[in-house]
Amino acid sequence: MNIHKIAGYLNTLADDSDTGMVFDCQPISGEVDVLQITVFGREELPIFVSVTDDQILCITYLWGEEEVKENKTNEMHVSMLEMNIPMPLSSFSKIGDKYVIFGALAISSTFDDIEHELAVLSNNALEIIDDMSDYLI
Amino acid sequence: MSIFKKIMTAIRGGATEVGESIIDSNATRIFEQEIRDAENHLTKAKRDLTGVMAQQMSSSRDVERIKREVVEHEGYAVQALDKGDDELALAVAEKISTLENELATQQQSLDSFQGSAERLKDLVKKSERHVAEYKRQLSMVKTTESVQKATSAITDNFSSSNSKLLSAKDSLERIKAKQQKFDDRMKAAEVLESENSDNSLEAKLKDAGIGANDNNANSVLERLKAKKK
Repeated sequence: MNIHKIAGYLNTLADDSDTGMVFDCQPISGEVDVLQITVFGREELPIFVSVTDDQILCITYLWGEEEVKENKTNEMHVSMLEMNIPMPLSSFSKIGDKYVIFGALAISSTFDDIEHELAVLSNNALEIIDDMSDYLI
Repeated sequence: MSIFKKIMTAIRGGATEVGESIIDSNATRIFEQEIRDAENHLTKAKRDLTGVMAQQMSSSRDVERIKREVVEHEGYAVQALDKGDDELALAVAEKISTLENELATQQQSLDSFQGSAERLKDLVKKSERHVAEYKRQLSMVKTTESVQKATSAITDNFSSSNSKLLSAKDSLERIKAKQQKFDDRMKAAEVLESENSDNSLEAKLKDAGIGANDNNANSVLERLKAKKK
């Protein structure tokens, strides 16, 4: 599995995706190939996909440290930890000063699995911003 | 230090400089080499184990054979004694004594082979677990490295395209607004469709002379006449 195969699959889906979402893929070149995937209507929250030796990582940036209200960080962290297990397929992490939501798939995953993962991740991202908005500026 | 702590330290230390690789790629290569070495050792240990187990089987067969011979010769000695041939009985007894010495030596080496086989089996199991653990750690290091590189590619892409990052709340609002607009359009289309079908029905009824008729000059005149009376 590599990002070009994933892009090829998602592009052929067009309007026929099982999830009802339309994906647009744009490869970003760098030391590691990254695929930027935007869901139609949700362009503000792109998903970044990279493939390592043994897993496929799908990451969406949620918010930066500077967007968290003063003195609310701890409370927000606890809420996020509590949400981590109930939230299907995705988990929280932090890259640099940005909070992210991500899903990791086995390298042997099927295209259907990846499409499902992306749809769930996108829904989770929207929902969690809504849920955490009390802690955000 | 556990691999988790190492990665955490590396991330914290490197977080200030975006784009800089946090894990020394040389260290990763050394680690990969260590895994390959461990795998080579494992293969060798397995080969050794096969050898020792073969020796163990052969030694075990020898022990059985000598035991059988001892029993056999004991029978001969008893027979010689029965016949009153003490000389022959003594010769057989000497043979038995030699066999028993041989048995003791053979039994000793069998025990030693058994011990070696057990130790090697343990070693193989332990090495296999170690290799699996090394591989898991390497995967963590490589994933960390890959996420770092991916992040720097994403960051570069963002700054080069000059696209301003919206705050999470603004993004959500915009997405919700788009969804609302989409829903409204769908609803409007539905309303329009139903209105169109209403209109066509009305037209059909009018053609058939059913339902409300248009006001015309005649009907107005009729109404006025009626009022006058």
